[in-house]
Amino acid sequence: MSVMTPAGDYRESYHADMCIFPTRNSRWAMLVGLALCCAAPLVLDRYALSLMINIGMLGIAALGLNILVGFTGQISIGHAAFFGFGAFASAGFADLGVPVLLAMPLAALATTAVGLVFGLPAARLKGLYLVIATLAAQFILEDFFARAQWFSGGVAGRVTDAPNLFGVALDTDARYFYVVLLWVVLSFCAVANLVRTRDGRALIAVRDHYLSAEMMGVDLAYYRTLSFGIASFFAGLGGALYAHYLRFVSVEAFTILFSIQFLAMVIIGGLGSVMGSLLGTCFMVLLPEVVQAVADALQGGAIDRALKLGSSIAFLREMTIGAAIILFLVFEPEGLARRWRLIKAYWKLYPYSY
Amino acid sequence: MIAGAPPILEAVGISLRFGGVAALREVSFAVQTGEVFSIIGPNGAGKTSMVNCISGRYRPSEGSIWFEGRDITRPPANRRPAIGIGRTFQNLALFSHMTVLDNIMVGRHHLLRRGFLSGMAYWIGGAQRDEIAHRGEVEEIIDFLDIQHVRKAPAGTLPYGLRKRVELARAVAVKPKLLLLDEPMAGMNLEEKEDMARCILDLNEEWGMTVLMIEHDMGVVMDISQRVLVLDFGRKLAEGPPEVVLTDPQVRRAYLGGASDGAPAGELATAP
Repeated sequence: MSVMTPAGDYRESYHADMCIFPTRNSRWAMLVGLALCCAAPLVLDRYALSLMINIGMLGIAALGLNILVGFTGQISIGHAAFFGFGAFASAGFADLGVPVLLAMPLAALATTAVGLVFGLPAARLKGLYLVIATLAAQFILEDFFARAQWFSGGVAGRVTDAPNLFGVALDTDARYFYVVLLWVVLSFCAVANLVRTRDGRALIAVRDHYLSAEMMGVDLAYYRTLSFGIASFFAGLGGALYAHYLRFVSVEAFTILFSIQFLAMVIIGGLGSVMGSLLGTCFMVLLPEVVQAVADALQGGAIDRALKLGSSIAFLREMTIGAAIILFLVFEPEGLARRWRLIKAYWKLYPYSY
Repeated sequence: MIAGAPPILEAVGISLRFGGVAALREVSFAVQTGEVFSIIGPNGAGKTSMVNCISGRYRPSEGSIWFEGRDITRPPANRRPAIGIGRTFQNLALFSHMTVLDNIMVGRHHLLRRGFLSGMAYWIGGAQRDEIAHRGEVEEIIDFLDIQHVRKAPAGTLPYGLRKRVELARAVAVKPKLLLLDEPMAGMNLEEKEDMARCILDLNEEWGMTVLMIEHDMGVVMDISQRVLVLDFGRKLAEGPPEVVLTDPQVRRAYLGGASDGAPAGELATAP
């Protein structure tokens, strides 16, 4: 399916043809969406706001993983470990006296460095072998967190500060929301720009046909390692946002299950789609809420008595996540991003089918 | 072909072995600046292996390859665009999920200098300016190959003939001095072949690219190439103008089998 532009929309310069948001409607939709997000803390309650903050910080990390898995065609099941590294590193920088808002990008850079070290094998490995290599990264880092008391606070965990802007503590959900929103906008713009320029195209070329990519002058080892670096940067950034939101970081959060959840986000959202990273994260954050709501609605009924929903809700959540991944892989392997495109196409072409 | 001028490409005693199999044995030839040069030979003769050596995919076991007086045997494949060599592949090798436009833009990779940080800050660092400037040049190539109508379509959705043209466009976007074409006309009908032959001649004459191609269609080879190299079982059988080479008894034996010494030249010329 090619890009659909309305009849009469003629581009008169390459500049106009190379916009992220190609039509006037899409530009307006973006601005309205952004304005609604800015107004969200004024209208939403604390719980809804905390869900949005979660979507934001996990979405940034998922975006990073999508660069690696979706765009470059590599794979990582150690993403949560890098997320955790960013969280601890940011807490560490803040403890050293670095302002929190500065500690976050610094932590992301530190995570990039670690990611590059673990990414070096990625320059040569593919597929299952890379899975094993990143699995090693996951366990090595987890073990490091558990043992390095100075870094992670050991079993006790690490307490962190809220960010502070010109003397105003950004310690409520409403205020912290804007910090997350800012980073989400910056990250998604940066990646949307990346994938339409030289190095982003090179990443996709490595995924689609690495032999001919090489013949076009793309250095395979460099770009495979680079995509690991960028993925780690966003994982670290997401982790840093997480650390200063919860104000407490501990080792046991960053397990392999969490890594697999990140993978689920990019698969469900749509591999190789910038917007899909955010859609997938929304799905994964909201799915447990839906399960909870369904369980609540069924409370006291026959199904509840038969299945003991109340006591098994935790397992039900895990099971729905698993089921969602399987269903998406079978029925919509290109994820929510494709579904969204189909919906847009349907809307534009109605009442015709094409 | 200019007599006395140094060749643009020179292969000196190229041998390539995979374990016990010798794909190429001491093949030497030279491509002159500005000519259309064809490599022909039966299946398994080592034509693609030769092109892979030139394009850096394989490193020859022995021998060396010189491009404009410079030894390029060792630099890896991804240095070739900067050296001045672009190529297409025998089996389509497009980036199937990218649009045609992006596919061709990948060909500009070595000419676009700005890295990922500048790319992320699209509007600030000058990446936008670069992209627009190169888009203009890429559009010229798109016009030349007549693929404007599919520029925004994912390459994987195109029919075969169009994909071949997109692949040629991508190789041209590299701005090579030497263009390597591995069977540019395989699987095409007569009309598509004629179009492709015209494209190749235009690239050679107007865009100033030296062309080295592998082709099975003898009619095309005879018509558009100035000189021909014949390979058989990894050995060089002959090198020279097509009408001379195709009357060579060894070449005729390799193509038509031992019993055909008396076959007229016209018959060979039409053989697929």
